Amino acid sequence: MPAPVDLLALFTHFLLLSLLAIGGAITVAPDMHRVLVEQMGLLTDAQFNSSIAIAQASPGPNVLFVAVMGYQGAGLAGAAATLAGIMLPSTTLAFAAARWGHARRHWRGVQAFKAGMAPIVIALMFATGWILSSGTPGWRHVLLTVAATVVVWRTRVHLLFLIGLGAVLGALGWV
Amino acid sequence: MTLPSEQLARPASPKDLFVAFTVLALQGFGGVLAVAQRVLCEQKRWLTKEEFLEVLAVGQVLPGPNICNVALMVGDRFFGWRGAFAALAGMMTVPLIIVLIVSAVYVEYATHPAVAGALKGMGAVSAGLIVGTALKLSSALRVNVMGMGVCLALALTVFVAVALLRWPLAWVLLVLGLVASIYAWKRLRTNNAAQDVGK
Repeated sequence: MPAPVDLLALFTHFLLLSLLAIGGAITVAPDMHRVLVEQMGLLTDAQFNSSIAIAQASPGPNVLFVAVMGYQGAGLAGAAATLAGIMLPSTTLAFAAARWGHARRHWRGVQAFKAGMAPIVIALMFATGWILSSGTPGWRHVLLTVAATVVVWRTRVHLLFLIGLGAVLGALGWV
Repeated sequence: MTLPSEQLARPASPKDLFVAFTVLALQGFGGVLAVAQRVLCEQKRWLTKEEFLEVLAVGQVLPGPNICNVALMVGDRFFGWRGAFAALAGMMTVPLIIVLIVSAVYVEYATHPAVAGALKGMGAVSAGLIVGTALKLSSALRVNVMGMGVCLALALTVFVAVALLRWPLAWVLLVLGLVASIYAWKRLRTNNAAQDVGK
């Protein structure tokens, strides 16, 4: 048995990262790599990368990759430490901010923030799609992304059907 | 901001929220955003597109997982802290159990070419889901106080900065978010002044 994992240190480090994770937990993944792989030696590089891949392939919010890292490094207790750490500060802040904003929704400043941010939020979604698809080369891959885009935009085809179709095409080696 | 033509519904109870967010999260492979928009705005009709964009904007500038912040805020809006807890718990609990089970069996199948291929195909589709949802939501910009031209210019700038130049998101949000909010603030003030003169 290796030395017991310092769960408290794990928890407090993820508490800190939570408040830095503007744009989602994935934005602080480089720092998680620094701590979990380089500093604490809890995970190998391959385990680190597979944590993100597993969460991507499973249903639910992407933030769960944090729990997978904790699990691979230190079992269920590790998963509880990392997930609670990454969630507690940000959810508390979001809760307080949402109440503050909703109580003042008629203020011009609050309305200006919402109106000003709307096109930015939409652009960030385009950027996410771009970054996700530019990581993998190949025109078939791009074609599948574009086809999914048009179908989601213009039809009411069930999203699970599209994901399933992508999985089948990929498994057959077409993508 | 709300379009009068859209008839909105509301969840019956925090339990209703929990179930809805669990079902929603379980359909979200490679991100829950696209499913959340479809379920909350189109199937359940709990939010308009404008309201969805608003909570997403708040979720985006605050730290933490955007979609979890969205769940929390939507739940809070209907049933206070109980709703917030129910929605967030719905979003996380069952998916967490599943992802831990998948982690436990993943190691054996990770190198299988069909599994790797399937993951690649799902990744390509989930990129498309996000872009398609963005296109859908962009119709909400028609009622934006800044006008369509300014909205498009802003969106293009943000896209270039984040997707092509890979600038840090926090800075892009701070600088362009501030510029956009100040401009929107001025437009709102002008509009209000015009209305006052008209009275």
